[in-house]
Amino acid sequence: MIELKRLHKSYITGNNKLHVLKGLDLTIEQGELVSIMGSSGSGKSTLLNILGILDSYDQGSYKLNGTLMSNLTEKKAAHYRNNLLGFVFQSFNLISFKNAVENVALPLYYQGVSRKKRNKIALDYLDKMGLKDWAEHMPSELSGGQKQRVAIARAMISKPKVILADEPTGALDSATSIEVMELFREINKDGITMIIVTHEQDISEKTDRIIHLKDGIIEFEHNTKKLVYV
Amino acid sequence: MFDIDKWQEIFATIRKNKLRTFLTGFSVAWGIFMLIILLGSGRGLENGVRIQFERDATNSIWIYRGQTSMPYKGLKPGRRIQFTNEDYDYSKREIKNIENLSARLSVFRQRNISYKSEYGNYDIVAVHPGTKVLENVEIIEGRFINDIDVKASRKVVAISTDVKKALFKEEDFLGKYIKINNIPFKVIGLYEDSSERDNQRVYISVSTAQKVFTGGNEIHNLAFTTGDATMEESMKIENDIRSKYSIRHKFDKSDQRALFINNNVEEYEKFQNLFSGIRLFVWIIGIGTIIAGIVGVSNIMLIVVKERTKEIGIRKAIGATPGSIIGLVLLESILITAFAGYVGLVLGVGLLELISPHIQSEFFTNPEADFRIAVSATILLIVSGAIAGFVPARKAASIKPIEALRDE
Repeated sequence: MIELKRLHKSYITGNNKLHVLKGLDLTIEQGELVSIMGSSGSGKSTLLNILGILDSYDQGSYKLNGTLMSNLTEKKAAHYRNNLLGFVFQSFNLISFKNAVENVALPLYYQGVSRKKRNKIALDYLDKMGLKDWAEHMPSELSGGQKQRVAIARAMISKPKVILADEPTGALDSATSIEVMELFREINKDGITMIIVTHEQDISEKTDRIIHLKDGIIEFEHNTKKLVYV
Repeated sequence: MFDIDKWQEIFATIRKNKLRTFLTGFSVAWGIFMLIILLGSGRGLENGVRIQFERDATNSIWIYRGQTSMPYKGLKPGRRIQFTNEDYDYSKREIKNIENLSARLSVFRQRNISYKSEYGNYDIVAVHPGTKVLENVEIIEGRFINDIDVKASRKVVAISTDVKKALFKEEDFLGKYIKINNIPFKVIGLYEDSSERDNQRVYISVSTAQKVFTGGNEIHNLAFTTGDATMEESMKIENDIRSKYSIRHKFDKSDQRALFINNNVEEYEKFQNLFSGIRLFVWIIGIGTIIAGIVGVSNIMLIVVKERTKEIGIRKAIGATPGSIIGLVLLESILITAFAGYVGLVLGVGLLELISPHIQSEFFTNPEADFRIAVSATILLIVSGAIAGFVPARKAASIKPIEALRDE
């Protein structure tokens, strides 16, 4: 599903060149539940941005679903983001003046789905998240956990191949964090690839594969699947 | 464009920032309001002047006698030029491309006109039939002086509505006899002249006047129309007259005081040019005002885009194309501009309609903003809305999601 080869990325700020990713190799198969860990400055956010086609890379190659992601026009990038990817953010990033259903339905709007149809689909997804009764509520009227579940529903509605989550539990208390992680596992069982960036040990331990990033390369990785299921 | 979601989003942002949107819209509304008022007033002035001109035929040329101011071939200056019937015949023969030539003779001294016990003082003007066109009079009943009246020196008179009202009240007047300086004249027609002063007269045949009142063959002035001659052509005719008359009446061709020629074609054209100039000037001022409004809208939209950076970032992350973002901002800008401008348009036209009936000035009539102005203004608004939104929209489209979504 995801194939990174010798990926390099550096940022230039004034005269300083900051080499963030230094020849990263990574392959993630379809249906994996992966967490990426690392201290701040290890390049994990940069990696996630590149995986999410939100940022470009300098060298190497990135294949998503078999397609090489390089030199994309904005329009093309928008298309791939819309069809292949779902995003979940630490700060939820819901649109404040839209209610829960409208927020969830937004990706379908950009796919050109009619209003009636997409709101119906959005309601189904909210139902799955147990938020049907909050469908008409504005984000400001929801708790952190509820907001994140709305955001997850939004990430899922376009039936993406990959969901990218950036510190999805960073703003939640531990009980809610566990709920959200359970949700991710459920989604993952449907075959959607999940990539979660986190710096919390207990969160990453709930994934099947942990990738440790340090100074722009993979320091080590280990499989926790056996530990969980054996 | 007619996507309910897009509109909902636009209205949502507008609702969130009512005061700001209002202030922005106000500058645009004010611009359009001023433009309409200025254009309307310009039109009012133009209408006023045009009506002034239309009291006489706008393609007429009038020739008046003067007094020489330069010596010519041994003749001393200060000599009065005299016109006679021969000048009429000569002009008719020699001057090309003219119509409705009419001599004119005012009967001075006594001007008493009476019918039974009613009487009044009115101008008595002796003319040829062409005067009907020259003075742009409207025949209400009967007829004007005709060629046979002139040829046979009939004692007939065409009276104005004012004279009729004074002498006849409600009585029938056609075929009745009125006394002009105690000589009976048969009333053959009733006319109306939009000029108040010209409505205070009666017209009689020039030949009759010469026989009955003045004696001799003197006439006071000559006038004719030039068809659809352009300004250049009319000036050629004017020059032609001047040179021919200078030979005929023995005065220096460059002596401007010997002969006065009033060329309405030229005057009318001058005024038309003046008004084109005024209109252009008004548009320039108006557009200047609107540009100030556009800059205002553009500024506000830039702030809106900045405030919505994060939202735009989210949209892009979940698959919004740059085109859809540009559309969103552009549409909002056009909406604010068009709506506010429309309000200004309505207020401006409303004010013009309101004050228009209360303005009774000779040189200012019917200030109005016609359909064409409204359409031009509407197009201007939409274009300016698009211009105002363009820079902010481009800025919005270039927002990078990662920067917008960075948690700070």
